[in-house]
Formats: sequence, C-alpha cells, structure tokens
Amino acid sequence: MNLPVDLAALRSLSASIAPVVPAGERVLPVGRALQPLLPDGALVRGSSVQLLGVGASSLALALLAEPSAAGCWTAVVGLPELGLLAADEHGLALERLLLIDPPPDRRAVEVVAALVDGIELVVLDTRLPIGASDARRLAARARERGAVVLLVQPGVPGEGSGALRWSPDVALTVREQRWQGLGMGHGVLRRRRVLVEAEGRGRWSRQRRAALLLPTSEGSVTAAPDAPDEGRVLVPFGSVDRAVS
Amino acid sequence: MVVCPQWSLMAAGAAPEIAAVVMRADRVVAVTPAARAEGIEVGHRRRQAQARCPSLQVHESDPDRDARLFHAVGGALERFTPRIELSTPGVAAFPTRGPSRYFGGDQALAAAVLTEVRGVTGALGWPQGAGVGVADGRFVAEQVARRQLADPDAAMVLPPGGSRSFLAPMPVQSLARPELADVLLRLGLRTLGSFAALPAADVVARFGAEGLLAHRLAGGLDEHPPRSAPLPPHLSVTIELDPPIDRVDRAAFVARGLAEQLHTGLEAEGLSCTRVCIAAETDTGECNERLWRAEGALGVGAITDRVRWQLDGWLNGPAVLRPTSGISRLSLIPDEVGPARGRQLGFWGGETAADARAARTLARVQGLVGPDAVTVPERRGGRGPLAAVVRAPVLTLDPDHAPARRSGHGPQPPWPGRVPAPSPAFVPAEPRATHVLDTDRRELAVSGRGALSAPPAFVELPDGRTLSVAAWAGPWLVDERWWDTLAHDRRARLQLQFTDGRAALVACVGGRWSFEGWYD
Repeated sequence: MNLPVDLAALRSLSASIAPVVPAGERVLPVGRALQPLLPDGALVRGSSVQLLGVGASSLALALLAEPSAAGCWTAVVGLPELGLLAADEHGLALERLLLIDPPPDRRAVEVVAALVDGIELVVLDTRLPIGASDARRLAARARERGAVVLLVQPGVPGEGSGALRWSPDVALTVREQRWQGLGMGHGVLRRRRVLVEAEGRGRWSRQRRAALLLPTSEGSVTAAPDAPDEGRVLVPFGSVDRAVS
Repeated sequence: MVVCPQWSLMAAGAAPEIAAVVMRADRVVAVTPAARAEGIEVGHRRRQAQARCPSLQVHESDPDRDARLFHAVGGALERFTPRIELSTPGVAAFPTRGPSRYFGGDQALAAAVLTEVRGVTGALGWPQGAGVGVADGRFVAEQVARRQLADPDAAMVLPPGGSRSFLAPMPVQSLARPELADVLLRLGLRTLGSFAALPAADVVARFGAEGLLAHRLAGGLDEHPPRSAPLPPHLSVTIELDPPIDRVDRAAFVARGLAEQLHTGLEAEGLSCTRVCIAAETDTGECNERLWRAEGALGVGAITDRVRWQLDGWLNGPAVLRPTSGISRLSLIPDEVGPARGRQLGFWGGETAADARAARTLARVQGLVGPDAVTVPERRGGRGPLAAVVRAPVLTLDPDHAPARRSGHGPQPPWPGRVPAPSPAFVPAEPRATHVLDTDRRELAVSGRGALSAPPAFVELPDGRTLSVAAWAGPWLVDERWWDTLAHDRRARLQLQFTDGRAALVACVGGRWSFEGWYD
C-alpha cells in the first residue's frame, strides 16, 4: 500500500515527537548569542572548551548560564576570584554552583576526577598543576561520563598562563573588546562589545567569529548589533581609531 | 536517663557563674544561670540579650563540637552499661534493669551515675551540670532528671507505674511542642494530666499523628508502642575496611554509602529508622558502639552526621579512650524502626537523579579536600561585589535538604550607593594593593567631601608595570556601619578603563588604593 507521504511534514513531525532525552543527553544548550561559536551550537557532552583573552571569565559565565539555569550542576575548581555577583547577573543558578578551593598539588587530579564523575559542568582554573598525561586521562574520563570541562584563564594582568596542560576541543579567544559608557569623570561602564574567535579540532578547525555584547548592561550576553551603536556615549580615545576605520 | 540541659554551654567553654549564651540563627538556645539572673531567656534575639547584659559572652552553636565532647559522658556511662543511647548532645539514656541489679538497686545506680557524670561536667567547670532520672519511659525519666537538676533533694527514682501521676500536675509546655501547648492552653488544658485524660481517638481527630504522640507522652508512655517482633537481621549493613581508616572525614564518607545502603534496604520493606546502632571495630578488637535516636526518622545525612560525631569523639578523644589502630569494620544496625511515612517528591523540579549524583560527588570531594574547602554562593546583599554574594560552606549536602532554598530568589532589595551592573567577573578575595597616580605621578587622594585631588592618569600594578587610564568615573562613596568601630567601612570606588581596553574597579580606603575587581 502506497500512501502519498509528505516527507517534509513527516520530518518536522518526527522532530517534534522524538523523545527529547537523547538530544538533551548529548549536548547542553547555551545562549543563542554563543551558538555560532560552538560545534552543534551547544556544549557537547564530554568535550572541553578553553577560554582565553581579556574577558575569559565573563565568557565562561555566559556559557554556563543557560545550562545551569536549566538544572545542571556546576563545579568550579580553583578560580577563587570568580565574581559571584557577576555570576548571579549572568543568570547562573547559584544553588547548584559548587566552589572548590584550589586543592593541594597532589590532590588536584583526584578532585577533578571525582568531579567529572558526577557533575555535568566542571570549570578548571588553568593555574591548577595538572600535567599533560594526567590531563589526557581526565579528558578521557570526562568524555566517558559526559561532563563538559571549561578551562578558564582570566585575562587580568599579573595572572600567569598557569600549569594546566590540557588540549581542549575548542578554544574561544576574546580578541577585541571595547567598553561603552565610561567618560572622563562621568558615566558608568555600561556594556562591552567583544569579538570572540573560535578555533578547534576536526570539523571545527575553520575559524569562526562572533561579535557579542558581553556583558550587556544587565550583566548577561547578547549578539552585538551589526553597526556599533555608540549613541551619545563618549568613545574612549584608546579605541577611537578602530571605530573610525 | 542523664540530662545536661546546658551541654552546649559547657562544650563552648562557658562557666556557670559568668553570663554567657549560645546562639543559633540569632536566637538564644542556652543560657548560664548567671545570664538567667540578668533576665535573659531562651528565644531572645542577640540584641535583646545584649541589652539586658552588655558584658554577655556569646557563643555560636556548633553541634559537631557538642557531640564530640559529649563522648566523655558516654565514656563515663560505659562503666555501667554497654547499651547507651544518645539522642542529642546533652541527653543520654540506658535501660536500667541489668545494671541496677548489679549495682544494688535503682537508687544506688542513679547515685553512682550522678557522681560519675558530675565528675565529667565538673572537669568543665560545671559541678552541678547534670541530672539523673530513672523512670518507666524516656520522656518521664527526662522530666525526673530535670526536676532533680532544679531541686537536688528531689527523688531520682520514680517507682514503676508512677509516671502518670508524676506527670499529671506538670504544665503542658514541658512537652517541648510550643505550638501544641499554645492551642492546649487556649482550650483550657493547663496540665499534662488534663491532656492525658482526653480520649486518644478525639486527640487524633483534632491534632493528628503529632498530637497522638504528645498524648502518649503525657500519659507516661513512650512515643511508639514497643515492637514485640525482633527485627530481621538482614536489614543491618556492615562494611569491612581494608586498609583501616583512621581519619574521621574518610570514615564519614564510607558511612554515607553505608547509610544509603541501609535506607534502600529499609525502604524496600516500607520502614524507616528511628534508632540506629553505630558499631565500629578496630583491627585489635577494640569496639565502640552507641545507639542514636531521633524524634523523626533518621535520614542518610543524619546518620552520616552521627557516625562523624561518634568517631570524632573516639578517634580524637582523650588518649585513654582512643583506639590503638584504625577502624576496620563499621556496622549500622537499625534498632528501632517504624512504618515509613514517606516523602512526596516534587513532580516538576524538586530532587532529580542529577541532584543525588551531585550530592554523592560532593561528599567524595569533601573527603578528599576537607569539608570546609567546598563552598556555595549565598546572596547576602551589599554594596561591594565581594559583599553582595558570599561563599558559604556546605557541610553536608543532603538531597533531602538541597541548598535550593538557601539563597533567596526574586528581586533583591536595592542597595543605594552600589556600583551598578554589570559587575566585575574577577574579584580577588583580598583586595590587591595598587597606586593610582595623576599626570604628575602623585598618589591620588579623596577628600572628606568625596572630591578627587586630580583626575586619575596612571595605575601601578603589583609587578611594577604601569597602565594608562583612558576613561574613568566616580568616586562612589560608601560609608557603611559607622556605628560599629570594628565593622566600619568607609571607601571611595572608581571605575577605570585603561588604554589596552581592560577595565577595573578600584577603591580607596584610608588613603590606600586597591583593586576590588577586574571587568574580565
């Protein structure tokens, strides 16, 4: 018996009635603005993402916000300077955020191993002393358990690149940043336009870029409007030439 | 029954002749006789208490410490009987039938126990700190012990069958159920006798299960009718530890798994545990066994806590009582069980498998790095980025009491004078000292009226480099808690943007500048 089948309708139907569990189990969705930067437009379970440049801490919080609010647990190892108020403004669920003091050197590997076993999002300070072979083993364990590992190197002067030797699947680097809202003696830091570059292994090896407002004036993240909307805000002279060119 | 109502004060190191209180969540929970003489009562707020006695010593409540030190009382009682039952630190009970025959009667036993326990409390500076009572049930015995504590000439032993007449004239407040007592008083029932005289069926109809429990107590019975059939032995759980464990945190971690196992077994039979026997054994055959009892069912977290208390007292206690080697065997034996009342899980949200898994992981990590090394953010509110959300320790994260309800949701109250959002994403726990300089490389000053001596031009980093300021705003002045000399905080904040695009929040306190945060 041959019934006329509308394939497109069938596909859309199958997408809407398919069990959500497998898809939800494979990736952790992130905010819309960050989707173009990541393979599959989300944090793939078992993968690791490195965040570099001035703005890496904010970028990490922006990535965590969506899955954390959706019910995932997050553990931060090290990074005692992570701004918790900023985390709140980004929309992280603070009641599911565990902060672990930098463990003593010999315990760091054990602690991270225990965390990737049971916590979905694990944020590592790149100052943790974990060597290359330990890092490979931990990455394999995270892949098996489906935990996402974020490696954060704060872009603050005086913070070294750290001892963590972990080769990430994707590296997101904040290349350019321009704050808006601050004048000479007036105004307030209102929002920041950043250009983020993504580079990774395999099918993600082609470089991708996205312009973001990170943070926005509420402290969260959105895609930056195409034309830089300077308004009446004074542009600091350090970045004037770029804005003109 | 041995009662030390002021145990938390003894454990905190307070002396009876000095006014001191123990506070919990800003309420007084225990007072010394000297403090009571000043008019301070249980339930007062800190401010009320300090208004009555400015020289008051305030101790924070610490159940772990109380339980650890109470081990000394347990050790003293062990000379009389091995079956000691602890409910909360400060209250211990044991069945007297065997020991009293050996020591020559209840009266002689009670006198000997009293001398022994007062020896322990005397060493802490409280020679009159404990009372002893012998009666048919726990509740009655506790009341006898409390009366004996208040009036040293009162009898310590209540003859069998005398419970009801002993309790009859006592006020309903002694049930320690304030809400129930309040209703009973309004109903005109002032004494336990009048409450006990009501028919049980009517009490259930009006007050439910909780009321029935209180009714049984008022009638001189125990909370639960004694269970005649022995418990099936397959419910108890045991673990052999190889290599032996000599650290409390690791034992607590093992105990958590064991407690979960116990719960699964009990749940399968539809039971919950109200009294558990925790037994630990070492390689050399030394044994430490205690019964722990709770009013309601003992949850996994509660059992873990009790193992920690018991082993902390044993492993870190006085040298005479300490075992010679590590613990090689740990058992949890349910001693008294009741039907599980059950717990309704949330349909949407609530506890999920991920939450339970996270709680297990947390326990494991705490075993590795210590319980204090793991914190969760807690919204406190404040003007600085460090004060608004603070790190609060998670001691035990029980999935039953997930911290989900700890931090308040919804709109936060306004804090006039705070730096507006977005907030810095990099906030050092200790502000890092720096120098903010003007164009002539002189340190910037903020006048008493909040004016800057000159616009900022350079900032010196700790490593000697200098950043040029591209834009700036402020100062935002904050003068907090000026009424408190210790907590007084007066500072001026500046937002700085540098020529390399970075931005930072700096603050001037007492003429010194420091980085409060980076807008990383």
